[in-house]
Amino acid sequence: MTPVLTILTAIPAVAALLVLLAGNRAHLARTLAMLAAVASLALALWAWLGLSTDGTMTFVERSAWVPGLGIEYHLGVDGLGGLMVLLAAIVSLMAIAVSTKVTSQPGLYFALILLLESGLFGTFTALNFFHWFLFWELSLIPAFFLIKLWGGDGRGPAATQFFVYTMVGSVALLLAFLALFLATGSMDFEVLAQMASSGELTTAIQTHLGPISLWLALAVLLGFAVKVPLMPFHTWLPATYSKAPTPVTMLLTGAMSKMGVYGLLRLALPIFGQELAQVRTPLLVLATLTVVAGAWAAAVQKNLKRIFAYSSVNHLGYCLLAIFAVALPAGTNASITLSQTAALDGVVLQMFNHGLTAAAIFWFLALIEERSGGLLGINDFGGLRKPAPVLCGLMGIALFSSLGLPGLNGFVSEFLIFRGAFPLSWLSATVSVLGLLITAAVILTVIQRVFSGPVAERWKSFPDLTTTERLDFAPVLLLMALLGLLPQLALGTINATMTHLLAGWRF
Amino acid sequence: MLAYTIYLSFAGALVLAVLPRGWARSARVFALLVALCGLAVALAACVSAGAQGSVAVADVAWIPAMGIHYSLAADGISRVLVLLTGLAAVAGILFSWNIGEKQGDRANEFFAFFLALIGGVYGVFLSVDLFLLFVFYEIAIVPKYFLIAIWGSTRREYGAMKLALYSFAGSAMVLIGLLAAYATAGSHTMNLHELAQYPFPVSFQMWAFPLVFTGFAILAGMWPFHTWAPTGHVAAPTAASMLLAGVVMKLGAYGCLRVAMTLFPHGLDPWGFSFLGMDSWRTVFALFAVIGIIYGAAVALVQNDFKFVIGYSSVSHMGLVLLGLLTLTQIGLDGAVLQMFSHGILAGLLFATVGRIVYERTYTRDLGLLSKLQLGKAMPFAAWLFVIAGMASMGLPGFSGFVAEVQVLVGAWQAFPWFAIVAGVGIVVGVAYTWRAMQRAFFSDLPALDGSGAAVPVPEYEPVTWAEKTGVILLAGTSLLIGLYPRLLLDAIAPAVQALPHALLTGGRP
Repeated sequence: MTPVLTILTAIPAVAALLVLLAGNRAHLARTLAMLAAVASLALALWAWLGLSTDGTMTFVERSAWVPGLGIEYHLGVDGLGGLMVLLAAIVSLMAIAVSTKVTSQPGLYFALILLLESGLFGTFTALNFFHWFLFWELSLIPAFFLIKLWGGDGRGPAATQFFVYTMVGSVALLLAFLALFLATGSMDFEVLAQMASSGELTTAIQTHLGPISLWLALAVLLGFAVKVPLMPFHTWLPATYSKAPTPVTMLLTGAMSKMGVYGLLRLALPIFGQELAQVRTPLLVLATLTVVAGAWAAAVQKNLKRIFAYSSVNHLGYCLLAIFAVALPAGTNASITLSQTAALDGVVLQMFNHGLTAAAIFWFLALIEERSGGLLGINDFGGLRKPAPVLCGLMGIALFSSLGLPGLNGFVSEFLIFRGAFPLSWLSATVSVLGLLITAAVILTVIQRVFSGPVAERWKSFPDLTTTERLDFAPVLLLMALLGLLPQLALGTINATMTHLLAGWRF
Repeated sequence: MLAYTIYLSFAGALVLAVLPRGWARSARVFALLVALCGLAVALAACVSAGAQGSVAVADVAWIPAMGIHYSLAADGISRVLVLLTGLAAVAGILFSWNIGEKQGDRANEFFAFFLALIGGVYGVFLSVDLFLLFVFYEIAIVPKYFLIAIWGSTRREYGAMKLALYSFAGSAMVLIGLLAAYATAGSHTMNLHELAQYPFPVSFQMWAFPLVFTGFAILAGMWPFHTWAPTGHVAAPTAASMLLAGVVMKLGAYGCLRVAMTLFPHGLDPWGFSFLGMDSWRTVFALFAVIGIIYGAAVALVQNDFKFVIGYSSVSHMGLVLLGLLTLTQIGLDGAVLQMFSHGILAGLLFATVGRIVYERTYTRDLGLLSKLQLGKAMPFAAWLFVIAGMASMGLPGFSGFVAEVQVLVGAWQAFPWFAIVAGVGIVVGVAYTWRAMQRAFFSDLPALDGSGAAVPVPEYEPVTWAEKTGVILLAGTSLLIGLYPRLLLDAIAPAVQALPHALLTGGRP
């Protein structure tokens, strides 16, 4: 059988080497990177369409890697991993497409982006902690250098903060899984999930290591909570998102933040479901806080990049809310199971939708920044709708998708999350509705301040989107509308996967 | 067939959105054609369905795993309101015929938002699946925001933002109530009729009902959540005010009836105790409705801005709709639905007279200034039009308003005699503010003298256009027709009201 997933991960990694050889020939480097990204996207799409419809792992690859330790090279994708791979491919392509003006070291720049993409693919396809962690870290290092070398003012501290926070999370993750390895002798996600489901895992930890399973769960949780982020572990994010070069912000918010949510779904819930169920209430409080405070923080920001940085915190907060709400013993109650499925379907779809929408919004911000000579304050503009109607109209679609307007992608996933979370935890879901309201106010305020009103003299000749730019956005915006009108396109596979996964989880 | 009203409007909006900017004339004509087709479909459906009950229009699985269907159906109430929407759409476009004549007006965008709003409104009136209903309800919020924020006048950004936030807050309340309903029913369906079969516990209905009812009633302009309405109406361009007062406020009242009252009929039951004279949510909301009637009328009486007079009169008239709904009697509910239709037509006519015919010629809405312009002589058409529209609006027999208001009052008399008396007083105040506005704007006795004491000649204004005349005939004619022969609509409304859940009309009430 063709090792599809290995090839998928290898394409950007190999291309990164080639691009590095291109050195300072910016055009050549970008073209090569673009080709690699398109090829990856095509393969990812092909893999998504080829997924099995019953929600089990497809394109599985297994071979012994470190036989002495029983470590296997184990890859596979289901509706969850497959969709994330697709998202990573889309966002990477968008990030490369937007990087038209890289002046210093273009070869290195595009090589790092491709390496990051390869890390993302690896993370979303790996089923053994050993190489999963390798890819998890692999994606972190290029991101650090991209921020450090190409970021805006104050990039140094921002990059360091980002690196330190994520590193702390990674170390916690690593320690927890080493402990698991000591207790069980396996690092395979499926094996561990199987043991957790049958209850062997708790016994194994208890006999080999003592009563520390809750601590292990919290350590794993910390790793992901930083990445998503869950408040109060979010403090690295606004500085990083606003100082990073915009293509990297697109990757950070569009794809890398999903690594955290993905980790929760792939590792934390299956392996530590029971432990998470124990601390469900405080986690729900934090998730609700993330939703509401994230939206509120966006409402008081004055810089567009920071507004949407916090808005991302808010949007992924819904995912956290649903994930923690799901950690509830269902028993044989079909109604609870249905709600859990709805919530999980919503989470996976929301990850994709948010990735697409947030990346698109930051892309628009990049275009505005480029045209305004670096200005991105919400009060710097006004009346842009008059000189640049197409820019404002298309960006408006992305903004309304983020607001959760029906007919666009964001609505369906948020509705499913609330549909699922409400029966599981009505209080946190009800409070979180506030987040929806505040987000609506934030988005409308942005539209009002930036797009409407009188045009300032300096923006009278603000250039509108060029034809190329319009064509660049067309597929992204069409995808938003398509998923909004026909969510079943993605939901069919997602639902099968989440039903299958949920059946194996134990809380 | 009715589903085509939705598709046509959205398709029209899409086409207009991509039309080149300069084509103002084509945009207008195209929008009018689309709206006319919608009206024709609505009319044909009304005629062919007659007194039939609920007719399924479409039903396709949409998100099967969650039991969400794209399912549309229309009973008499929906058909009447769809017809109203069609009329309001055509009239709105006729009264915005001057959009695009000024530079930078961008007629195609205006009409695109206009048709998108209309499409959303059609969708709400036709949805049976609650998810779908919510989708259309939310879709309708955004175009009205833009219509006001971009093409509005007085404090348009404030008005638009206030309206959007009130709407979103209302829909958030509705969302919570709906989610709670699914969670409680534990069912795999979001179909309104199937969900209404589920016996929700009374204690649950007691809090879900006021939540969802209030959420929708915000959009219906229920006191004390009405404040978005006057500011929104005043800020909006004429066509948008016509739609806001004409159909968007009806979305709220329709949601109150179709969702809140149908799903949670026992939320209207007595609490079993009395607090400040209130013994059930029904009395509380009826009190709000009556306060709205009186308060809206009283505030309209002292306004100096002509549009504010009409804006507050809408609050007052919508209070009658809500009061009619809460009577829970056949005649009161009939009256409420008929009042929705009638007010939709008449508010449209009044806003058109004030915002388009008068304002676009005199460029003032200040009653003090208007009183010096001798409009009765300068604009006899507008003056007589306002007389007719005002008479209809104050409930003169022969017009639709009379039949509707009488039914509401009779129903209210059976249910809450005191409220009926107060509402009657409100209607009398309605006569007063209409009279006052008419006097000051058109038939002022003030001698028009210039500085030296010589009489000012009667100013000349551009003549009334064919589009304005057609719109006027359409709206005033409809009101007259329904006033003279109300059975045209009542024959469709009454069976639909009878078919409402048994518990709603009889309930556990004494």
